[in-house]
Amino acid sequence: MAQGSLLKLDDYRQVAPRGTIDFLMRIGERLRGRRFVHVSASRYGGPLVEVLNRVVPILNDLGVETNWEITIGIADFDQVSRAFGKALAGTEQVITEPMLARLRETGVDNARRLQLDADVVMVHDVGPLHLVEERGRAGRWIWRCHHDLSSAQPQLWTTLRAVVQRYDAAVFSLARFAAPLSIPRFIVYPSIDPLSERNREMNRAEQALHLDRLRIPRDKPILLQVGPFERQHDPLGVINAYRLVKKHHDVRLVLAGPPPAPGGDVLGDVQEAASHDPDVAVVVLPPDPQTELNALERAATIAIQKPLKADFTIEVATAMWKGKPVIGTIAGGIPFQMVVNVTGYTVETVEGAAFRIRQLLSNPELIGRMGAAGREHVRRNFLVTRHLSDYLALIAHLTR
Amino acid sequence: MSATQPFVFLGCLELNELLPEEAHDARELLDRIAHVPVESIFCHTSASLLHRPVLAEAYPNDFALWVGSEVRDVRLAERLAAVDAFTAGSMERVREELIATISDHLQHLGTAPPRTQGKRFRFFQMHIVPVPTGHQARTLVEFRDALAEVDVSALFFHTIEARYRSGRGRGDFAEWVGGGLGLPDLADRLAHIDPHAGSLERIRDRHLSVLADAISGEDS
Repeated sequence: MAQGSLLKLDDYRQVAPRGTIDFLMRIGERLRGRRFVHVSASRYGGPLVEVLNRVVPILNDLGVETNWEITIGIADFDQVSRAFGKALAGTEQVITEPMLARLRETGVDNARRLQLDADVVMVHDVGPLHLVEERGRAGRWIWRCHHDLSSAQPQLWTTLRAVVQRYDAAVFSLARFAAPLSIPRFIVYPSIDPLSERNREMNRAEQALHLDRLRIPRDKPILLQVGPFERQHDPLGVINAYRLVKKHHDVRLVLAGPPPAPGGDVLGDVQEAASHDPDVAVVVLPPDPQTELNALERAATIAIQKPLKADFTIEVATAMWKGKPVIGTIAGGIPFQMVVNVTGYTVETVEGAAFRIRQLLSNPELIGRMGAAGREHVRRNFLVTRHLSDYLALIAHLTR
Repeated sequence: MSATQPFVFLGCLELNELLPEEAHDARELLDRIAHVPVESIFCHTSASLLHRPVLAEAYPNDFALWVGSEVRDVRLAERLAAVDAFTAGSMERVREELIATISDHLQHLGTAPPRTQGKRFRFFQMHIVPVPTGHQARTLVEFRDALAEVDVSALFFHTIEARYRSGRGRGDFAEWVGGGLGLPDLADRLAHIDPHAGSLERIRDRHLSVLADAISGEDS
């Protein structure tokens, strides 16, 4: 099978719902020649980049002339941009006038440099937000916000809102993430790429290889949470749930996440809690851990997502695609990816998580049934082919 | 048997627009239902089928689902679930039925309606862009074969959206089989497939099953 950027739309025929690929090709014929530009602040890292890496070449294959432009900022712009992102996501930041000026200047400077002549320009997140101030009359401009704006820092949002309203439309990942605006607001769910390194099929031998490297034995059922070692992802709560389960079932808990950023993390506490129990494994993931995560998720019996506050958390769909029932909180986008009681359970407490885990472990046939339902649910609603369809719908609607 | 005009299968792209209207209780729901664009009523009743998971016990429209799961008013949820968008004749009629149902419920409630303890109801409007799938049929066999292959959005467009678009009591499939192929009995059977049967894939399967019976009957 072709890998990475060599993948063609036709490769998705084996995983997409029936009729989808032919239909996408028909839509492409209808929109052939339209020009579509994405603009983001980075070409590396994060779910947005993974989706664009796959979507941009496929849109071009379909006949929609699609480019991806990257803004360039001087010196500390990345730091400034990150602070804006955190403030919009609800973490209080000190935002100064010079920072706002830097954001504005960077947008205006890049607008002069970038090729933004297109039928539809989609600007991702806050870094390139001010590009719109230099827009011409032609083309429709969309702001694609990947943040949850429901608790954005009010003063900052008041300032940026005026800029956002110069766009023709805004796109959010969930209705609950959207802020009030006078322009049309559309909802496009994130997606997973079923043929990516993270999600491709992986045989048991290869899984075993990676699990051995991560020192995860495969001798008992595995409970897995993938997520940062931060308090808001509640890894200690997951350990407590595991302890309640452990009284009744011989299981292993794996907590896997990226190396924590300096300060405020709970990795030390998690490692301390895990050190007394050989059946709790704390895996600090290597850079670009897609293969390792694929192996871990496939080896898991039950996937857990127990954040107290969350973004869309596409890891839920990622686990469901691998046929795993998910026990998750109601934070962020978690409940929107699940069919509660069909593909998994939502819980609000440590005790609730433990109860549902025990319920599943005591009914192995339920694990299989929920896992299969979850995979089909993801096939219909959270694959990158649906994301392509949403982008094509936006182009068709805005350029009609 | 073949038709003079082929049946051209159209799929559809959909785009969900979030409207500013929201509701926290049944009284607000009533007020917003009275004022939102009719496309929003379509979005929350007929169109909710487009992405509905296979869940037999789920109420068939978003209003009933929300009242049942978030407001926890089971009586109102059950009554809203009984508003049938597929037999009402028009979306304005559906709106009227929803308003009458909620108004009557509030009148008999006696106290202030309970407010949601969880999610508020957010109103959406769906934009639909029809696109030819490339499949067409002149005979019943060709029709069945194409129906088995097309993108599932074609099922939505021809069986659900068509009733809203045309104001007819039945979808495009039944219309063509009855008018184009001159098979009124089969058209009736297709028209009576319950859109509340479950997911669109299940609706597809039911159509295929009815067509298979008809074709085997023709052969024998």
